[in-house]
Amino acid sequence: MPPDIEAIAEQVFVALADPTRRAILAALASGGPATATDLGGRLPVTRQAVAKHLALLAEAGLVTAEPGERRRVRYRLHSAPMQVAQQFLAALARDWDSPLGALKDHLDRGAREPAAAPLHGTQGHRPEGQTP
Amino acid sequence: MGFPDRIERTVELAHPPAKVWTALTTAEGLAAWFGNEAAIDLRPGGSAWMKWNEGHTAKMRVERVEEPRVFGFTWHISGLPDDDPRRTYVEFTLEPADGGTRLTVVESGFAQLSDQAFHDAFDGNTKGWASELAELATYLDAA
Repeated sequence: MPPDIEAIAEQVFVALADPTRRAILAALASGGPATATDLGGRLPVTRQAVAKHLALLAEAGLVTAEPGERRRVRYRLHSAPMQVAQQFLAALARDWDSPLGALKDHLDRGAREPAAAPLHGTQGHRPEGQTP
Repeated sequence: MGFPDRIERTVELAHPPAKVWTALTTAEGLAAWFGNEAAIDLRPGGSAWMKWNEGHTAKMRVERVEEPRVFGFTWHISGLPDDDPRRTYVEFTLEPADGGTRLTVVESGFAQLSDQAFHDAFDGNTKGWASELAELATYLDAA
């Protein structure tokens, strides 16, 4: 695997660990591109604080600045690093223990009641990590 | 250990491989312990799916069918967009053991990153939703 996959994921988790940066990313995700001034007006922090965080997020590749005059630069979310972090979460969220336990129960149940019809549609297990 | 690429579990089952094979590779079997509903076209390249009562569906592609020893499929990495090419590979291996079966499941590929995904993750100038919307606006203006 590329050595930097971990670095990409780490930048996402570091960014998400700070409540202001989380709020900035959430605002860009829900409302689309915005300037530092827009964001300062929407969040309980100064425009200067927002600008500082945006610079850090841009450096990490989590937001991109659209070309424009300094105060009118709009930032938008750059989702590719989030998708790398998502892979990491998918591995942690994958649950094989529950379905394998259900498989064992299914086989044991069948052994006790060889003539029983399969319990179709009642024994399913939903793997927590496998969401669309 | 860093980014986990591979998950592995082994369980001992008190049933012969043929019976375990049926539970793993038939629609009835899969629907009885894994999903709530299932369908499978059991051949390499065949498609399969499982549905859960909560509304979620997993689509799989059958990759290896070596009855009654190896069954493998790929599926989507959860949380990524539907058109993302990244998939993990799940392989079940069945070995006879004391009249029962030693079943090993390995799911791998969580740490894969294609050159394109790597490029996208680092390239700050990637085209995104905003630029696609801008293109749509230009297209509509021109019409």
